[in-house]
Parts: sequence; structure tokens; C-alpha cells
Amino acid sequence: MTDTRFKSDAALKTDTLKGATGQSMQHESAVKHVTGAALYVDDLAEPRQLLHAAVGQSPVACGIIRTLDLSAVLAAPGVAAVLTLADIPGHIDIGPVFPGDPILADGAVKFHGQPLFAVAADTLDNARRAALLAHVEIEEAPPLLDPQEAIARNQTVRPVHTMQRGDAAAAIAKAPHVLEASLSVGGQEHYYLEGQVSMVAPTEDGGMQVWCSTQHPSEVQKLVAEVLHLPIGAVTVETRRMGGAFGGKETHAAQWACLAALLANKTRRPVKMRLPRAMDMMLTGKRHAFENRYRVGFDDSGLLLGADITVIGNCGCSPDLSDAIVDRAMFHADNAYFLPAATITGHRAFTNMVSATAFRGFGGPQGMLIIEKAMDDMARALGKDPLEVRKRNLYQGPDRNLTPYHQTVSSETLTKVIQELEISSDYWARRQQISDYNAGSPLLKKGLALTPVKFGISFTVQHLNQAGALIHVYTDGSIHLNHGGTEMGQGLNTKVAQVVAEELQVDLQHIHITATRTDKVPNTSPTAASSGADLNGQAARDAARTIRLRLAEYLVEQQGALRDSIRFANNQVQFENSSGAHCMSFAKLAEAAYMARVSLSATGYYRTPKIHYDRNTASGRPFFYYATGAAVSEVLVDTLTGEYRVLRVDILHDVGRSLNPALDKGQVEGGFIQGMGWLTTEELRWDEQGRLLTTGAATYKIPTAADIPPVFNVALMEDQPNEEATIYHSKAVGEPPFMLAISVWSALRDAISSVADYNINPPLDTPATPERVFWAIQAAQQAAATHRNGANTP
Amino acid sequence: MIQFLLNDQTVTLHAVAPSMSVLQYLRTVLVQVGTKEGCAAGDCGACTVVLGEVLGEVWDELHPQGQQSALHSSPLHYKAVNACITPLASLHGKQLITIEHLQQGGSLHPVQQAMVDCHGSQCGFCTPGIVMSLLAWWLSVGQGTASADRHDIELALSGNLCRCTGYQPIIEAAQQTLASTDDHFRQQQADVVQQLQALQSDPMDDQGDTGSEGMQQNVQFFLPGSVSALARLLEAHPQARLVAGATDLGLEFTQQLAQPDTLIYTGRVQELTQVIDTPEQLIIGAAVTYSNAQPFLRKYFPAFADLLNRLGSLQIRNQGTLGGNVANASPIGDTPPVLLVLAAKLKLTGTQGSREIAIEDFFNGYRQTALRAGECIESIIIPKLSANTTLQVYKISKRFEDDISALCLAIWIQREPDAGGSDTESRRVQAIRIACGGMAAIPKRARATEQVLQGTLFSTADVERAKATLSQDFQPIDDVRASAAYRLAVAGNLLSRAQLELDQALAPEKLSLFSAVGAVAHD
Repeated sequence: MTDTRFKSDAALKTDTLKGATGQSMQHESAVKHVTGAALYVDDLAEPRQLLHAAVGQSPVACGIIRTLDLSAVLAAPGVAAVLTLADIPGHIDIGPVFPGDPILADGAVKFHGQPLFAVAADTLDNARRAALLAHVEIEEAPPLLDPQEAIARNQTVRPVHTMQRGDAAAAIAKAPHVLEASLSVGGQEHYYLEGQVSMVAPTEDGGMQVWCSTQHPSEVQKLVAEVLHLPIGAVTVETRRMGGAFGGKETHAAQWACLAALLANKTRRPVKMRLPRAMDMMLTGKRHAFENRYRVGFDDSGLLLGADITVIGNCGCSPDLSDAIVDRAMFHADNAYFLPAATITGHRAFTNMVSATAFRGFGGPQGMLIIEKAMDDMARALGKDPLEVRKRNLYQGPDRNLTPYHQTVSSETLTKVIQELEISSDYWARRQQISDYNAGSPLLKKGLALTPVKFGISFTVQHLNQAGALIHVYTDGSIHLNHGGTEMGQGLNTKVAQVVAEELQVDLQHIHITATRTDKVPNTSPTAASSGADLNGQAARDAARTIRLRLAEYLVEQQGALRDSIRFANNQVQFENSSGAHCMSFAKLAEAAYMARVSLSATGYYRTPKIHYDRNTASGRPFFYYATGAAVSEVLVDTLTGEYRVLRVDILHDVGRSLNPALDKGQVEGGFIQGMGWLTTEELRWDEQGRLLTTGAATYKIPTAADIPPVFNVALMEDQPNEEATIYHSKAVGEPPFMLAISVWSALRDAISSVADYNINPPLDTPATPERVFWAIQAAQQAAATHRNGANTP
Repeated sequence: MIQFLLNDQTVTLHAVAPSMSVLQYLRTVLVQVGTKEGCAAGDCGACTVVLGEVLGEVWDELHPQGQQSALHSSPLHYKAVNACITPLASLHGKQLITIEHLQQGGSLHPVQQAMVDCHGSQCGFCTPGIVMSLLAWWLSVGQGTASADRHDIELALSGNLCRCTGYQPIIEAAQQTLASTDDHFRQQQADVVQQLQALQSDPMDDQGDTGSEGMQQNVQFFLPGSVSALARLLEAHPQARLVAGATDLGLEFTQQLAQPDTLIYTGRVQELTQVIDTPEQLIIGAAVTYSNAQPFLRKYFPAFADLLNRLGSLQIRNQGTLGGNVANASPIGDTPPVLLVLAAKLKLTGTQGSREIAIEDFFNGYRQTALRAGECIESIIIPKLSANTTLQVYKISKRFEDDISALCLAIWIQREPDAGGSDTESRRVQAIRIACGGMAAIPKRARATEQVLQGTLFSTADVERAKATLSQDFQPIDDVRASAAYRLAVAGNLLSRAQLELDQALAPEKLSLFSAVGAVAHD
């Protein structure tokens, strides 16, 4: 590990330190996970007199509440209190960015199942049973469920937005070839294994202590304070870990914490609110479904000349985070490809559905899918291999490096990833084998596809790109670490602790990370946008460096150390002074510094540099850098039934200089399989009344162990430090690998088009369930037959 | 009174609410919170626990001419089940092992250690359930009742959803556990068997009409030991529900918050839990679980046994029963179409005695059956295949593992013997039965289609004609699992597949995804 560019870091590296960055340390809670000792909110010791809460729901998706009679609810066994809007001392709207999310239905009902009231009882069963007893009369109105109809009727949650570079219409008009097509992209249920849960206890001085499974403790803190009309400082939120989140606990965890807090306020007793799975699936937001469209002009070589892309996000009944999510879909409608002239339009449709929210990728995957569809379609139209067309259109060199939002792309890594994967996956030889197989296999057809990912890293809402951390060193050398990020399984705590181990040169075991708490690190950003390690790692490093500097100052001032001689290494500090060379354990140094009255506690802070964006002109540098990767998927399709299997997947992903390769690989594999689920078997269905039909794992099918490819080769790019000065030149890894799964969808299309001699690429909306694949095959077979008949007719 | 072993400690409960699940008991009564609730519907596996059972008594009752069960080789049979839908009272006489019981003297169990070493957990919420599923599998591998290959690992994990890892490190962890061969469960097995036998010899246990008095009056959970006792209970408690694996009934408690008065558990009824294997037929007790029936089905009806691998998850197969699947009379149950084409009979028993009816006469309408008040299904009688007969079974679902059928098609054909030589008139279809699930309000035979194929050579042209007739037999509906048009089109194509398979026109790896994927996995 001698990279001269990073001398200061490299100088600190030692081989003997256990748990420094770059080592594949196990997740800090791994042993607790496997023994059942890891505590989630519902597992915490229950305070005395705890009440359990449930919500009463609207039976219709759209209407005006005429009667809400809760007398039977209140009279039910075990009930301690009911809560309606009238009981709320503070704000009733908990919209995170824009208003629109009343904590309970405010006169009007906007989606099926919307909470109308809450109830607290002595047991969870009593609360849930009581919640069914309300007498509700609603003047029903027909629900709006189609996002395209919503746009036609100008029903939106936020205004339309456009990004533009060059004159796309003119470029397309002049192009030798023009194609246009549309694509429906399905949403996705998070299906975190731990459902939404909060427990709230009133404190002795009128505040609230909140234990919440959330990615955003600071926002929960602010909203609990606002609904109770309390100062933010009177509320403390604690999050030790989540049993999965994936974006679903960014804004959609707050409502349950707020309702529990309001009931706790009303009863002056602790209250726990945990949603049963079916209610969780009905009442919390999902990935946005999109209706996308492209019109592209290209030349004979498959080179894009102009692209006009429209994306319509189905935002559900409120803005929530949809402005930023549809923006991110637009930011990624180019994916890895240079669009010489582009117009990208993004609509935010209102529908009478639960408000759609953040989900790993945050709109990016939905945006990418449309340009990947265009790549496949252009290739088929020209009779070329889709990989050839993809490579032809990549961002490349100084003339083809500007995004539709005017950010410059450094394409070196992207090119390298694809080149290396093309070889390691044996793409071209397998392409030939697959053609041969398909020629001799009338019923089963194989498909192959390589798709790249270029994903922008940074919150596009600029102020969120900041983080804080808090480090205490105790006199025995043990270290307490807090940061503003939350642990949802991604291993953030482990990575940040590895950063501190590296900086202070102590073994990882000496660093104790405890729960994320709003009274330790204030005003934090959500753990989202893949930013956890980038932001909090830097903040923790800042705090560690402050302490290291103070310790060094102590050595200079009190021990006469020569400043340049001081070296922190392997749990020790070495220095020279007039009496010679010395070595001291970190623990001894901490104790000595304390005795010399040196502060051993420090905060750290970080804000992302270089980013700026002007939404009015849709130009700037919204992203600090791009994370990149590519995947090759091979599928086998049964043309009789539309069933299919993913046979082999090869992934090469760029995480810069990895903070922890094992954890990063886990993110890549897990993200890919989650993305595969989104594009294949995970189908959300609503009925014509706007009722969600898929309210459990019995009907909503996420991948199981048997769905993963029997050959699954996952590699991280080596010797590829991030060219930007991120934490140890690593790259964010949470979201980008999710989109590698587009290769599965593209491979399915490849297999389907084989039944029409690769001349036709029938539409394949997502999720590509066996049924959708079946109908696409039928369409391809019919088109091929028509094509043949047509060719035979003089 | 209910007695069971919580790992190695005897637990005696005098009052158990019938709807109380093992999970509720663990989390709210014992406050052992290592076992998680993910869905409370038996779909996610986060609450997986392991049950140890002595099966000897049951399997010793096998018909004298019958085959000994493979399960018989081990004194204790371990199985993973979903605690969320397992009635607490059904634990009577069993050993319950939870995530809290794996560590010994501060050391991780080999299964736990492998999960840590392979980075098999991320958020950790599904992990206790995954560890428990792997434990049951690992113990079974040691006893020779499960195999160590990847397919069996996938089956072992089929009921455990993980949303973080993508499963790859969990599969690697499973493979790593095979380096260890011993643990305290194995070492203490003889003691546990003795303890369990002491519980089972409890005189309260076999009286038939004893059970658990609930906390309220008239709220009871009965655990009869014989079919006559069961019949008496049904007569005395006409409102009582029968419960076997509770894989469906359990949802009424956890999802609809139902509070049943009286439940009668069939899992200890001797006649209902045995398999009798005669030269002509296989008689499977109605309360025999899918998992316990599977070795027998594997021997005589391999296509049926393969189907069971896709019925629910392993946890569900360890709990759910053939009798439950039939009595439930759901149009999307997976076993009725197969039983229909095999011309199975049901033995129905009540206080008036027993009667046998053809399974086809059992399904009267949507979730309506021919069961009379006070009657239960005692056993399912399946005639074995004779020479020149074949059974083929196909299931279509969105997801391969643990998914409910969009449609299920079974086809049984008896053909004329092959006359040999160039006699093209040989091999005609003498008799044919085709049945589908998911295509009508009940599991149903395709009579018109059968008629078309009767007496034919079952050629491609014959099947094409038959496909056109399917719409006379079935008018399926659109629902969350599939559209009517897809169901009908695919049912026809499955007839084509059956024909191609019988003709052996294509190599298996060009005919079936299963064969093709198997070839890749073993490359």
C-alpha cells in the first residue's frame, strides 16, 4: 500500500493495527445479531405503565369525513385514551419539506387506510381491536389513481421541472433514425424486516424521550417537538439500530413517533406504537412508480444525437420528498451516456395513494431505466449488440463529458470498469454460446446483458451535506464515539469506528459506538443518499484529529517532544525529546494528558466541498463525484410460461479505496438482489377503489435464497482511489449497486427478442413478472410472424 | 395442562389461550426477545424456532408391510417452524429451541460462528430466524435426513426472507458449518428424548378429552390422542375448529385478531398422524405434515414430491398438513389438483363411523366441502401408479419458492402398452385425468379437455386440439397473482410441455428451467 498521492494517510498505516480502514472487519453487532442479543425498539425493556397504540383507518381512498364517533373505541376493554386532531397542541402537518402530510386525516381522506385517529390501550391486541370499533361516515369521491390522468388534469404535488442542454428537438429531427417508446416502471415496498416502531416516554421536565427506528432522528425530534408545541431541545430521540430501512424510515418513521408522543402527552404514560405488517405496507410510502417516455435520434452507428425524455413520478397524495426524488430520476436519465442534446422533463403526479417516499436510489433507478431501454431498442433497430451501442454512447473524453445539467463527468473509471468486466465476464464468447444455444433450443431461451451504473453522490438538497461527530477519550484509553448517522445494517458504525481507529491508531475494539442520539450530535442529516460514511466518517475524523492534535500539543509542551518526531502508531505514541526516543501506550498518554488538564472530548464537523446547483437554470455541480459499476447478467426464459431464472451474474463495482471490503461487498450483493426483486417479482397491486391488494409477504414477493444466481461473481475495483478527497478516498456504496440489477431486466429483453431473431424488442414494463415476460414473448412471436409474412409478400 | 421442554427445562402451563402463539409467549410472557416478529403471518421466517420431536411412536405404527420411514433412523427429529402462527398449546410433548439456547459457555454455536465469519448479517433482524433454520438443517444433515448440497440449503432457507444481504453470505455460512459435526444438542439428545418420553407418558395426555382450560370459561384447546376421542370432542363442541399446522388458521388470530373459543388439535391423533403403505395404495393421515409425507410421496409419486418443495416454505411444510390443505378447500391449494388426478379418496370419520368418498365429490363450491357436522378427514387414500401410467405436475407462480400458485396443473395418463415395432396404434390414451388449481372456484377436473384426449395418441396435434377446449372447462379470474388470459394460455402450454416431456423430444435441459439451472449450478 504505497500510494504517494496519499502520503499523510499512508504514513499512518500499519499492518498490525486491528481494525484500521481497508480491513474486512465484521459488523460491530454481528455477534449480537446471531445470538439474538441485538435489541431493536420493540425489544427494549418496557417502562412501567406502558400503553400500546394503534390507528383507526379510512375505509375509502378519497372523500370527506362527515362523522367520526369514537365512543365505542373509548369504551373498549383496556383503552386509556383516543387521539384526534383536536387533541394536538402544536402542528398537525408533519410534511418534511412541504406541507401536505397531516398526522391524522384533516377533514379530507386522501388514500385508503389513512389514519383517522389513534388509540392507546393496555395491550397491543386491545388497542388494535378497539381501533376497529369507530363509527365513521365518509362522503366518498372517486379516487384519482392514474398518474398520467393526473398530469392531464394538472393534479400535481409539485410543479413540473425541466433540464435542458442543446436543442434536442432539432437534433432528433435531423437524425437518420428516430425511435420513441414508453415504459411503466413499478414501485417497490421496502419490506424492511423490522416494521415501523417507536416508543415514547414523558420526561420529568415536560419533554419526551423517544426510541425510534428511523434514519432521521433529528427530523423525528423536530416533528415530535412541533406537534407537542415543545422546544426541540425538550425532545431526545435515540436510534441504536434499525432492522432494515432502505429509505422507508427516512420521513415515514416520524408519524408513528409523533402519534405515540401525543398519546404519551395526553396520558402522561409511556406509549409504544408498532405497526402490524399489513398496516405498515398500507400506511407507509413506497418507491415511486414512474411512467417514462423517450424520443431519441441516432445515427447508423448507434450514436445518440438527441434525446427528449419525460418522466412522471407517481407521488401519491402529498409532496413528501417527491420533488428531490423526481429530480434525481431526471439527473439519472442519462445514466452513463453522453446526450449531445437533451431535454428532460419531470412531472410530479398527485394520486389518491399513500405518499411515495425515499427508497434506495431515490428516483435514480427509475430514471436510468428509460435510457437503458433506449440503448437496447436502438441496438435492435440497427441489428447491433446492445453492448456495442452502450459503449458507443458512454461519457468519454473532453468533448463528451457534460451532463444535461452541465456537470462535467470524469469518465476514466467508467470506461475501465466496463472494459475489465467485458473481459472477466467473457461477454463476447458467452454471447456466441448463447446465440448457439438459442438456435438449438425452441422452448428455453437465454439472454445476456451488460449495463453500467453512474450514480451521483451528494444530497441534491445542499444543506443536508453536513455532519457532526462526538468523541470522548477516557483515562484508560477507551474511546466513546457518536456520530449523526444511523445504523440500519449497512455497517456505518463499523466503518466510522474504523476511521477513528485509523486516526488515533488504536485497535477497533477500544472504540465504543453507542446509539445515535440527538443530544449527542445535533441537527443531523438523514442517513440517506449513500452518504453515511462519506459525511460521518469525515466528521469523526475531524473530531479524532482534534484530539490527536491536543495529545501532540501536550507531548510538545509537557514532555518536550519534538513536534515532527511524534508518531501515533499501533496503539502507541512514539516521540523524541532531549532525553532520547520514547514510546508510550495510547492509554498511558490519555491518562497523562488528563492529569495535565487536557480536554479529551471533541466534536467533529464536515461539510461537502465543491457542490453547487442552481435549480432555476438546472445547471451546476450537484454531485461531489459519481460512483460507478457494471454488471453482466445471464438469464434463461421459458417461452411456454414466461418463467425465468437468473443463471449467472458478474459484477465489477467501484467503491474507491474501500473502508471495509467485506461490508462493501455486502452492499453490492444485497443492493443487486434488492434491485433484481424490484424489476422481477416484486409487484404492488391496487384495486379500482385504490386499496392496496399486496399487503403482506404472501402476495408481495421479495427474492428468496433460491432466486439468487447460482453463479454470482462480485468484485470491487482495485487500486482505484476516489479522485476527490473523500474519506480515505473511498466511495459511497449504499445505493449505486441497486441499479446494477437493470442488467437482469435487459437480459430478459434480450432473451425475449431472440424469438424474433433479435430484430424486435417488445415492451417489457416492470416488474417483469413471469406473466409480463410471457406476453412480451407472445408479442415478439407475433411480430416475427408478421415480419416473415410481410417479407414473403411481393 | 400443557407440558413441553424449553430447551432442557420442563415447562408446565395450566391455562393457555387457544390463540396464544409461541411467539407471543416467548416475547411477552417470557420476555425472551431474541425471536423477532417480522410479519406475524408465517411468511418471513424472522420468528423461526426449532422443535425437537420424538417421532418413534408414530412411525412404529406403520403398517407391518409398510416401509420404514427414513425419519426413523434418528430418535429426535428437528424441524424449523414459524413461532408466530404455531399455537403454544401444540408444543405439548415437544422440545422448543430458540436463539437463546445456542451459545454454550459463552462460545458461539458453529452455525452462529459461520454467520459471523461470512458476514451473514447486516441489519440483523432476520438473523435469529436464519440461524434457527440453519440449525435445524445442520442437525438434520448430521442425522442423514437432509443433504448438504446447495439445493437443500436453499430449501432450508426458503422461508427466511433477508432484505439486506442478498443471501450469498448466508449460503456461504451454511456451507462453512459443515466443517463442524458436533454440538450440545447432539450431545444431549439422549437426555432430551428421555425427558420428552416422560412428558409423553403423562396419563393426562392420552385421555382424548383433556386439554388446556383457557383463561375464560368455555375457552379450550383440546389435544385428543385418538380419532374416536376427536369425534366425541367434535360432537360435544360443535362450534370447535380443528387445528393441525395452523398455517392458515393462525392468520385469523394474528391478522384478523380472531379469538377462538375452542380448538381441537389433530397433531396427536394417532390415526391422523400415520402413513400406511400397502401394495396398492398410500394412506396418509390427514394430520401428517407435508414434510413427513414427502419421503413417501418421493418414492411413489416423484412429481408430487417435487411440487411439495414449492408449497410454502420449509417452515410451512413442517407444520402444514395434507388434510388441512384438502379441508381448507381453497381453489389455490396445491395438493388437490394432484389428488384429483390420482383419484384419491378421503376417509371421513365422525361419531357415526367412517365413510369414504372420492376427492372429486369433496369440493362442493368455493371453500365448501362435503364434510358433515362432527366429521373430520381421517386420511387420504392414494392409489399407486400402475404400469403405463404417468403423473406430471406443474406449478406457476410469481416467485419460485414459497409462493401461492397462479395456477397448478396435474395430469395423469394411462396408455396402452407399447406393442413395440412400428405399430403406430400402440400407446393410445386409455384414461386421462387433468385437474387445475387457480382456474376455478374449486380445484377442478378438466373433463371436456380430457374427453378430447381420450383414445388419442397424445400427439402434438391432439394436444393443440385439447388446448382449445380448456376454456370450456375453466373460466378463470383476474387477480393479484395473474390475469385470466395468462392462466388459460399457460394451462394450455403446460399440456404441451407434458406432451413434449412424454415424447422426450427435447433434452431435459432444453425443456425445463429446473434441469437447465441444475446444469449451471453443477458446472
